[in-house]
Amino acid sequence: MAIITMREAISQALWEEMERDPKVFILGEEVGVWGGTYAVTKGFLDHFGPERVRDTPISEAAIIGAAIGAALNGLRPIAELMTINFAFVAMDHIVNEAAKLHYMFNGQFRLPLVIRTPGGGGRQLAATHSQTPDAIFAHFPGLIVVAPGTPEDAKGLLKSAIRSEDPVLFIENATVYQQRGEVPEGEFTIPIGKSKVQREGKDVTLVTYSKMVSYSLQAATQLEKEGIDVEIVDLRTLRPLDMDPVITSFKKTNHAVIAEEGWKSYGVGAEIAARIYEEAFDYLDAPIKRVAQKEVPLPYNRRLEQLALPQVDDIVNAVMEVLK
Amino acid sequence: MEKSEHLELYRQMVLIRRLEETAAELYQKGEIGGFLHLYIGQEAVSTGVVAARQPQDHVITAYRDHGVAINVGIPCKVVLAELLGKTTGCSGGKGGSMHLASVEKHFWGGHAIVGAHLPIATGLALADQMEKRNAVTMCMFGEGATNIGFFHEAINMAKTWGLPVLWICENNRYGMGTSPERASAVSEIIQKACGYGMRAYDVDGMDVIAVKNMVSERLEDIRAGNGPQFLEVCTYRFRGHSMGDPERYRTKEEVQRFVDKGPIDNYRKYLLAEGISDEAGLIAIEEQALAEVEDGVKFAHESPAPSDEALFENIYVEDAERG
Repeated sequence: MAIITMREAISQALWEEMERDPKVFILGEEVGVWGGTYAVTKGFLDHFGPERVRDTPISEAAIIGAAIGAALNGLRPIAELMTINFAFVAMDHIVNEAAKLHYMFNGQFRLPLVIRTPGGGGRQLAATHSQTPDAIFAHFPGLIVVAPGTPEDAKGLLKSAIRSEDPVLFIENATVYQQRGEVPEGEFTIPIGKSKVQREGKDVTLVTYSKMVSYSLQAATQLEKEGIDVEIVDLRTLRPLDMDPVITSFKKTNHAVIAEEGWKSYGVGAEIAARIYEEAFDYLDAPIKRVAQKEVPLPYNRRLEQLALPQVDDIVNAVMEVLK
Repeated sequence: MEKSEHLELYRQMVLIRRLEETAAELYQKGEIGGFLHLYIGQEAVSTGVVAARQPQDHVITAYRDHGVAINVGIPCKVVLAELLGKTTGCSGGKGGSMHLASVEKHFWGGHAIVGAHLPIATGLALADQMEKRNAVTMCMFGEGATNIGFFHEAINMAKTWGLPVLWICENNRYGMGTSPERASAVSEIIQKACGYGMRAYDVDGMDVIAVKNMVSERLEDIRAGNGPQFLEVCTYRFRGHSMGDPERYRTKEEVQRFVDKGPIDNYRKYLLAEGISDEAGLIAIEEQALAEVEDGVKFAHESPAPSDEALFENIYVEDAERG
C-alpha cells in the first residue's frame, strides 16, 4: 500500500486510464495549460497533448453537450466542471440528455461519459460556490452518481467510471484534495454501485459518504473513548444505491445516524432513513437521526459558515442521542 | 442529376407528406399521444439535406423529425409504429414522435428541448475530427433555437475548434407562434452566424434541388477543412406548430401564399416540364407512397405494445452486470 492524497489518487486514475485507452480524453475549463483549477491534471497537457487535454470556453452546457456527442460517436470523454455549482448551467445536458438518451432511444445510444466535478462548502466562497447538491443529481434515473470518501475509493471508482458504458457524475469534494489515505499499488478498480463498511462496530450504524466519511471516522474514534462502537457504512455510489450493507448493519445495531454535507430537506439522509423504515422497521430501537447542513444559503463569514456546516461534534452528539 | 435521383427525391417528399397526413388523422382518433409536430410544407428541406450527405456524415435534428427519419431510410412502418408507441418502433415505443433515431444510419435523433442538441452536434463533430474520419455533422434546428444559449455556446465552440459541422437553420418563420421580428435582436438569422466569424449562406427551402446543391457545396467545403459553416433554409410550415395550434399569429391568406408555391407541387411541375417523368410515372410514385403508409399503419396496428418488463429495460447499459 502507498499513502497518497485524494488529488493524487484522482490524478493517477485519469493518467492510467488515458494511457490504457486512447479513446479517453479530458475536456473542461483550465484543464490544460493551467493544469486544472485544483491541479488534478497538472502535467497532463505536456504528456497527452492539447487534443486529449482540451481547454474549453466557459460554456458548461457545451462542455457537457459536446462530451455527450463525442461519447455517442465513439470516444470516452471525461468532462470536468470546475465546480458542481456550475453544473446548474449545464443542468439540461446532465439530467435531461445524458441521463435519458439511452433509455429514450431504447438502448440505441450509448454514453460512456464521465463528468468530474468538486462540490462542498467550507472555503469561504459564499453561497453560490459552496454547495453540496448531490441529492438533486441522484434523483434522476439513468445517471450514475459516485461520490467517494477515501483516496482508494476515488481512484478505483474513477477508473471504473471511465470504463463504464453509462454516464457517470463523479462528485469530488474540494476541501479534501489534500486528505491522505492508503491506496493499493498497481492496477485495481472498485465496482460502482457497492456500498462499503469502512469501520466495523456493533452499537450504531453510521451511514455516510464523501467528505463526511472522514468526519465519521473521527467521530467514531471519539465515541470509542465513551465505549460506543460505531459501524460506518460508506455509500460511495448514490445511484444506483446499494442498501444491502446498510440494512445488514442496521439489523445488527438497531440504531442509525446518517451524516451528509448537503441540506437535510429532501436529502440523501431522508432517502436512507425512509429505506431503513421501509425495509427494516421491525429492527428499529430508536428514531433515526440525520446530521446535515443547516437550511441556509452558506454565508461567507468563517464562523457563520462553519456554524452552518455539519461538524464532527454534530455526528458525535447525534450518535449519543440515538443510543440514549 | 440522374432521372432516378430526381424520382427518389420526389418519392421521399411524397412519402413524408402522406405519412404526415395519416399521422394527423391517427392523432385526431387518439391513437397517437403526446405532441405531434408535422413536417408538411418543409419536406424539401430534410430531403435536400439528407440527399447531399455521404454515408459517414451525421444528421441530428429537433422534434419535427419525421422527415429526416424517412430521408435517412427508417422504414415508414417503423416510424408509424413509434408514433403508436409500439415495440417495433425505432425507439421501442419509449421515445414517440419527437424521438426518432437510427444509429446505424447516423441519425442521432429527434431532440425535444429546443437547442439542446446543438452542443451534442458539436461533440459528434469533435469525435470525427479527433478520429480523423472525414465526416461532417449536419445539425438542423429552427430559427427559434437561435435565441437560446445552447446555440451560442455550441457554435462558438465549434468555430473555435474548427469542427466539421454544417449548422442548418430551418427558418419556418415561427417559433411556435412567435416570429423572429418579435423575438430576435437581428431580423436576419444569418447575421448571428457572421457574429461568430462563420461563413453563412441561405437557400430557398421550397426548392429541393437548390437545397441539395447548396448542402453538397457546403459539405465539400467543410470536408476540405474550412471549419463549420452556417446555412439558413427559408421554409414554411403549412400546419400548426403542433396539433391544436389556434394559429392566431398568422392569416389564412399568408398560409395560402406559401401553399401555392409548396415544395412538392413545385417539384412535380418541374419534373413534368423538364420531361424527367410523365404524369403516369408520378402518379405511380404517389400511389406507391400511399400504399406504403397504409401498410405501415396496418403494421403498427398489428405490432405488440411494449411488455411491462420493458419499463425497466435500457436504463443503464450495465444493468445486468451490476445485478
